[in-house]
Amino acid sequence: MKLLTHNLLSSHVRGVGSRGFPLRLQATEVRINPVEFNPDFVARMIPKVEWAALLEAADTVPKGPIEGYEHDEKFLRQMHHVLLEVDVLEGTLQCPESGRLFPISRGIPNMLLSDEETET
Amino acid sequence: MAFRSKRPEHGGPPELFYDKNEARKYVQNSRMIDVQTKMAGRALELLCLPEGQPCYLLDIGCGSGLSGDYLSDEGHYWVGIDISPAMLDAALDRDTEGDLLLGDMGQGIPFRPGSFDGCISISAVQWLCNANKKSDIPAKRLYCFFSSLYSVLVRGARAVLQLYPENSEQLELITTQATKAGFTGGVVVDFPNSAKAKKFYLCLFSGPSTFLPKALNESNDEEETKESEFTSERVPYRMARRGLVRKSRQWVLEKKARRRRQGREVRPDTLYTGRRRKPRF
Repeated sequence: MKLLTHNLLSSHVRGVGSRGFPLRLQATEVRINPVEFNPDFVARMIPKVEWAALLEAADTVPKGPIEGYEHDEKFLRQMHHVLLEVDVLEGTLQCPESGRLFPISRGIPNMLLSDEETET
Repeated sequence: MAFRSKRPEHGGPPELFYDKNEARKYVQNSRMIDVQTKMAGRALELLCLPEGQPCYLLDIGCGSGLSGDYLSDEGHYWVGIDISPAMLDAALDRDTEGDLLLGDMGQGIPFRPGSFDGCISISAVQWLCNANKKSDIPAKRLYCFFSSLYSVLVRGARAVLQLYPENSEQLELITTQATKAGFTGGVVVDFPNSAKAKKFYLCLFSGPSTFLPKALNESNDEEETKESEFTSERVPYRMARRGLVRKSRQWVLEKKARRRRQGREVRPDTLYTGRRRKPRF
């Protein structure tokens, strides 16, 4: 699971709503995957990123988007590495509101809910 | 796939149907791969994404990642959700570029609002129409799916869902729930006259309504496109007939046009159509 996906994931447990974000990430196994750099895509995704959640999930992250980031290649490459190349293979995601744990196995988070937890 | 005998949804839930054997078919069977890839291509075409721009897309029922690979080849980034661990295992083996999630679309899409630029789904949504547990109500699950999908899409984004509806009631159930969730759009039916090639694409728009893409058809000189749009307009047929005198040439032409609209076989209009004949005729 890439950190970009983690940044957008939100818990859909019943009654949680917008308080289901961000999911607390505890990663036990991480891998770095080389991914082709696409400055267009990274620049377009920067506005969608929740920086607080990203800072909590990753260590080597710039403090925030800098002025004119669309043309700053160094900044974009850094973000590209953090968002798309870091792959969490094993770990857990925790819903901040309900405390529910979603396990991550082989890079795939298990988001299946039980009947009681499903939103009516 | 045209299941003429038994629909897979009647046999049980998808996580059991899509086991290791079924997953192997999606990886090895070249015809299966071909059909799925073609549908993925058509769905992406119907999505009408801006040219040359890499987008972040959602693949519902991504399975072994066949459709996802097509998205990656087109330069897009994607996240796939599937309920079958066996299919996701096959996807891992095929080393897909998109992220995979194990989840049930009927429970909602667990993402922040405005996360995705678009969504596709190939041969998956019809599974929501059959209740597998006693507690399942298909209409509720469909509504939960569509309303969460509406929220996770960017304003103005589209969702193209290729599906195999069992009958028109099922299709209506699906479209009703989609409309309730706030979507506009309609169903595009490719090759409506062919039993095997006929494919349904539910095209949903989350912003202001735009035009529905044209359906594919074998004979390109046919003017009628088989689309159904969500409008409550009544077509004023009676107005067209009011001013016409019975048995006049105009009346005959209008009647022939009406029968063509109904899909019947009608002789072509020539300069002899509705011509006044001698009384001896």
